[in-house]
Amino acid sequence: MNRRSLATIVSASTASALVLTGCGQAGQGDQGGGDGPVRLTMWTHSAGNPAELEVYEQIIADFNESQDDYEVVTEAFPQGAYNDAIVAAAAANDLPCLLDMDGPIVPNWAWAGYIQPLELPTEITDALLPTAVGSYQDEIYSAGYWDAALSIFARESVLQENGIRIPTADDPWTIDEFDSALATLKDAGYDTPLDIGAEDTGEWWPYAYSPMLQSAGGDLINRDTMLSAEGVLNGPEAVEFFTWFQDAFAKGWTSSGGTVGNEEFNNDEVALSYTGVWNALDSLEAAGDDLLILPPPDFGNGPKIGGASWQWGISSTCNSPDGARAYLEFSFQDEYITAFSDKQVVIPATEGAVEASEYFGPDGDLQPFVELSQQFAVPRPETPAYPVISSTFEKAAKDIMNGADVQQALDNAVAEIDANIESNDGYGF
Amino acid sequence: MTTPISTSPAAGLPVPETPRQAGTRRATRGAALRRERRTGLTMAAPALVLLLLFLILPVLLAFGLSFTNARLISPNPPRFVGLDNFLRAFTSDPVFLRSTINTFVFAAVVVPVQAGLGLLLAVLVNQKIRGVTAFRVIYFIPVVTSIVVVSILWRFMYQPDGLVNNFIDTITFGALQGTAWLNNPDTALGAIIVLSIWQAVGFHMLIWLSGLQTIPEELYEAARMDGASVWQQFVNVTWPGLRSTMVFVLVTITIAALGLFVQIDVMTQGGPVNSTTTLVYHAVRKGYREQETGYGATISLIFFVLVLLVALVQRYLTRDKD
Repeated sequence: MNRRSLATIVSASTASALVLTGCGQAGQGDQGGGDGPVRLTMWTHSAGNPAELEVYEQIIADFNESQDDYEVVTEAFPQGAYNDAIVAAAAANDLPCLLDMDGPIVPNWAWAGYIQPLELPTEITDALLPTAVGSYQDEIYSAGYWDAALSIFARESVLQENGIRIPTADDPWTIDEFDSALATLKDAGYDTPLDIGAEDTGEWWPYAYSPMLQSAGGDLINRDTMLSAEGVLNGPEAVEFFTWFQDAFAKGWTSSGGTVGNEEFNNDEVALSYTGVWNALDSLEAAGDDLLILPPPDFGNGPKIGGASWQWGISSTCNSPDGARAYLEFSFQDEYITAFSDKQVVIPATEGAVEASEYFGPDGDLQPFVELSQQFAVPRPETPAYPVISSTFEKAAKDIMNGADVQQALDNAVAEIDANIESNDGYGF
Repeated sequence: MTTPISTSPAAGLPVPETPRQAGTRRATRGAALRRERRTGLTMAAPALVLLLLFLILPVLLAFGLSFTNARLISPNPPRFVGLDNFLRAFTSDPVFLRSTINTFVFAAVVVPVQAGLGLLLAVLVNQKIRGVTAFRVIYFIPVVTSIVVVSILWRFMYQPDGLVNNFIDTITFGALQGTAWLNNPDTALGAIIVLSIWQAVGFHMLIWLSGLQTIPEELYEAARMDGASVWQQFVNVTWPGLRSTMVFVLVTITIAALGLFVQIDVMTQGGPVNSTTTLVYHAVRKGYREQETGYGATISLIFFVLVLLVALVQRYLTRDKD
């Protein structure tokens, strides 16, 4: 062993490090390589969702065949690891050209400079459901093929047996009606009459429960300034709603046990289920014509449901934004949008696709969701502070569910959100 | 040896008066030593480089970051904020204080109980009876099961209508009813302590067992001849023979217990009402999920200092008194 071998080892490890870096760079894949078509890399979160992936593969195959300038190459990630992969790729300056993202994260990534303004022709973005378009500071950064919606599932026979009025979009349950319905159903033998989905974690919490808060007159943040949550997340309306929320668990109207999904409703263990369109087909199979898709209760300011699902954007480091735009323009065809919505049971984002859809068309079984989405959908606040708001809201709501003092828990949440916004110099607002 | 390696052999040559023979010998010895040193360094290099890259550097970075407002995702460059993060942790972050208390409560219970239980199991499976390997395997199975899987299974068991409550209901003939263990602020941490002890006790059993088997049989024979009872044998032969094993077990359990994270992340996410949040969990939540890298680094730094203090105290208490 001498100096030469040391040099050998050092050079060998340097070489392997270089090779590894090379692999990392290859992932970027934007190099056109001579006369061939420009490669556009594309990442999706849909690795665990074959139905969705199938449509993407179809679109990409059609697009690649339709022209010779660009070639889209896709890579699918499991949803759980997707956001981490994007953040890591951005830190390594290795973002793909095209990427999809959950609606509420769009302002954060736009602010951070991950994505660039979308600049699709307005006739495309104007035709979409408003909640299928993501913007930050009045600039559009993302657009999606569909939206999801929440509703209350019920069985018509159960409501009729118990003398409970069947609500409509124009005449939803008031909160008092809803309370007495839950009490009646509890007396009728349902151990916990409502499955509110509290066993789930993460983004589900603000997605599902912040619209209820908005219906009661509160909100996650003051949307006029986007600088503080003071008075909206801890005001009297918010306290009133969260007191109801806490009571619903304390009185046994709902519980945080059970399994994620809609099993309990399908087995008739709960009478009402607050859940999403993605569970509708299974419930349709279980309950058949008896299934009712009802608007959520009105806590005072009309029913509200969360809007915005997964959407597409173009990274700021994309070497061929024109190619990426060409692909996106190509992909927003009613034909594909219908395929997405019928294969994964989500609400199509254009009128034309709704017409053509098997489930959401005028005679479709899931048509009520379209109405709910159009009338009641509220986007989550379009601010880069959203990830913090989301995490803080979940924590506060869970603490309240478990018996924490309502005002105290909300005050803490507001303090935490406001401190974060301040330490980020207002996130550009 | 303090001779710098870079010195050329000529410079190190002895003065002319020295006998030639001795000079050559010394030069040869010096060269051999240098070669050995270099070989040693070469062999240690891969480990050193990795440690430097993935341990020393991150620690230094965390130290630096904890005095800034660095963010995971931000267009604004990090800014030096002095001791703001430390002030925030100790004065305006009740969750941090709660996390510290929970972490130490957890360690205070887990360290003695897990070590004691491990020793008990080790003594039991050290008997020379048939089928003892089967018991060793059974006690060791939870250790080789992923902690994530274990946590998910125990979450189901702790549900209001889960295995634990059904068990309580059955053996008390319905006289006692369990609670929703993980949703009750009074029981959640206890429930996680039980699961954690159960999961890792097999590992420490194995360490104790290896310690037990290093104690020579003659000592027991001698003790028996002196008429020592089983308990006296344990106190006077086994326990002193396990001293170094005990130090090792205590240190590993303490470090593992203070770093509690996965069970919390999978089972309770720090809830209900902060009753199970821990320092590492809080650091990850703040530093990564809420993207406040600077503040997360501060929490990690405080955690580092606390662990260091605990380790020093432990080292002092278990030092060789002779």
